[in-house]
Amino acid sequence: MTTTAPVLVLLDHTPDGALRGPVREVVTLARELAGNAGVLGVWAADAELGADVLADLGALGVTRVHRLVADADTHLSAVLAEALEQALAAAGAGLLLTVSSFENKEAAARVALATGAGVVTDADGLEVVDGRYVASKTVFAGTWNTRCAVTAPVAVVTVKANAVQASPAAAPVATEVVDLAVTVSAVARRVTLVERVERPASGRPDLGSAHVVVAGGRGTEGDFSPVEDLADALGAAVGATRVATDEGWIGHDAQIGQTGVTISPRLYVGAGVSGAVHHRGGMQASGTIVAVNSDPDAPIFEIADFGVVGDLFTVLPQAAAELRRLKG
Amino acid sequence: MPRVRIVVCVKHVPDIQSERALGPDRRVVRDGGDGTLNELDENALEAALSIAEARDDAEVVVLTVGPDDAVDAVRKGLQMGADEAVHVVDDAIAGSDVIGTARVLAAAVQHVGDVDLVVTGMAGLDGLTSLLPTALAQLLDLPALPLAAELTVDGGTVRVRRNLDHATEVLEASLPALVSVTDQANEPRYPNFKGIMAARKKQVTTLTLADLGVDASTVGAAGARTEVVDAAARPPRENRVLLTDEGDAGLRLAAYLVEQKLV
Ligand SMILES: Cc1cc2nc3c(=O)[nH]c(=O)nc-3n(C[C@H](O)[C@H](O)[C@@H](O)COP(=O)(O)OP(=O)(O)OC[C@H]3O[C@@H](n4cnc5c(N)ncnc54)[C@H](O)[C@@H]3O)c2cc1C
Ligand SMILES: Cc1cc2nc3c(=O)[nH]c(=O)nc-3n(C[C@H](O)[C@H](O)[C@H](O)COP(=O)(O)OP(=O)(O)OC[C@H]3O[C@@H](n4cnc5c(N)ncnc54)[C@H](O)[C@@H]3O)c2cc1C
Repeated sequence: MTTTAPVLVLLDHTPDGALRGPVREVVTLARELAGNAGVLGVWAADAELGADVLADLGALGVTRVHRLVADADTHLSAVLAEALEQALAAAGAGLLLTVSSFENKEAAARVALATGAGVVTDADGLEVVDGRYVASKTVFAGTWNTRCAVTAPVAVVTVKANAVQASPAAAPVATEVVDLAVTVSAVARRVTLVERVERPASGRPDLGSAHVVVAGGRGTEGDFSPVEDLADALGAAVGATRVATDEGWIGHDAQIGQTGVTISPRLYVGAGVSGAVHHRGGMQASGTIVAVNSDPDAPIFEIADFGVVGDLFTVLPQAAAELRRLKG
Repeated sequence: MPRVRIVVCVKHVPDIQSERALGPDRRVVRDGGDGTLNELDENALEAALSIAEARDDAEVVVLTVGPDDAVDAVRKGLQMGADEAVHVVDDAIAGSDVIGTARVLAAAVQHVGDVDLVVTGMAGLDGLTSLLPTALAQLLDLPALPLAAELTVDGGTVRVRRNLDHATEVLEASLPALVSVTDQANEPRYPNFKGIMAARKKQVTTLTLADLGVDASTVGAAGARTEVVDAAARPPRENRVLLTDEGDAGLRLAAYLVEQKLV
């Protein structure tokens, strides 16, 4: 079933104006829901909306982009929320979709309050049932599946990366761009963004949205080279446990878990990771879980699809070399 | 310096080390006796207590919304050193979504009155939405500085450093304000003997929706804008393989990944 009102998608982008990976997935989901009602995008004008991005959006089926022209910084959640409220009204949309991230959730909560919408976070699926949006989400560290209906007329849903596979529309459309002059209240300006420093790209895929992740824990004893080597053989992102980030072996942004990044890649490989519940909370919803650990009693083996009791310093390099050989 | 009043919001959640479940009513099973103070709210308490200790005249009120058992969460806050505790309990609150919970908390903070700083954790380890802090700030009409990995209060100014997925930010606002703190912000203290003894003499104020003047139809299942329609434990993973390395485990791992079409 599809909806009768357009679906609005927040188009997260990098400071130089490239779409963030999961946005394409969310637009694909929106297109399936919207049917003839159409998918609209909303773009914060802190970066240029380039011709290549517009072509990409057209291929994905986005018919119109509302470009937010605000006189305050849309990195502030209160400012972004007010802008999104105005975009929702301008678009006549009944559903706002965003990629699940802490920043987007901050704005989502505010938009829901201001518009009377119901809000669901971390959805891994969304459908229309009897005229209501019903989101699916896994909870309790990936051990339960739930489905949650939005009973209010408007819905705000944040969608997990890798929930759907991005695909182009049957036929590309011409994407129209309209500027939306946003009036930001004095209340929304009370927080000052003193500084915002973008993290430089690592050259590897982004951890939060990567299709494959290789993570290292205390078992690496600070030597992440086997983890990085296997990651590169797989085209994967590198992640870590909090022990590894607290030790300073790798940056905090690599921390997977309940208080770090939540991931659900197609493939997760944990090496020298015990599988503590705090860590599992951030990765247990992964498609396939591989664990390499020298302790046969490590809890991670309870959730691993493929477990190797062994030394990561021999198993990982052997696997990486074999994968490279098979690829030729 | 004038007196500073800090409210810390804490949630009572099922212990994450326990077998957590949703009941036939599709709500969290909260009566298994495995409930505990949400671990991440210990960081919120620690942040509030250390701000208070750096001042001559400061007061920390620990606040929870939840069923009878939730009083344990505020008791733990008192043992850590909070001065007062408030527990909002009312059958009509059951089934609240984030919006409903935020409404009750906002009314309770207003009831406490003259609040300079509201501190929350970064997430409840059961719901894990991380929506509550900004929702609460919006209802209280306070500037929000969420996800503090570092937090300083200097005179009437609060400053926060936060680590996001792709960037690091520094936010600043004047008090009164709301902050949420992460587990990177500090190392929570353990209640000591003195704290535990002192907490016995401290009162927990119990409030109902009527005491707060909150219309019961705007919270709980009645006021919710979301409804859980299905809940089921995930089936265990099938066809699992566990092998011990005999010199070729790396090769077998590579073969498995190819066979599963994961490369
Ligand atoms: C598995 C699960 C999934 C859910 N999904 C959704 C959803 O998608 N949308 C939705 O609207 N509701 C949802 N809910 C309901 C929602 O979680 C609760 O209504 C609400 O209490 C917020 O909890 P949280 O843990 O998500 O809050 P978070 O925003 O993660 O908590 C942040 C901080 O807010 C404070 N806090 C949170 N709750 C309380 C409380 N009761 N008393 C005092 N302080 C508190 C704490 O300081 C906490 O650290 C869900 C609940 C569960 C159990
Ligand atoms: C409030 C709070 C929040 C937290 N949040 C997070 C979070 O978000 N993410 C997170 O990860 N943690 C988090 N933690 C920490 C978590 O509880 C665990 O301490 C942590 O995940 C353990 O990391 P580890 O698996 O690297 O280390 P350990 O548990 O020490 O495990 C190391 C493993 O390596 C194995 N090993 C050793 N040598 C080798 C070898 N040569 N080859 C193969 N295997 C080897 C060992 O057998 C062992 O199983 C949090 C903790 C708290 C209190």
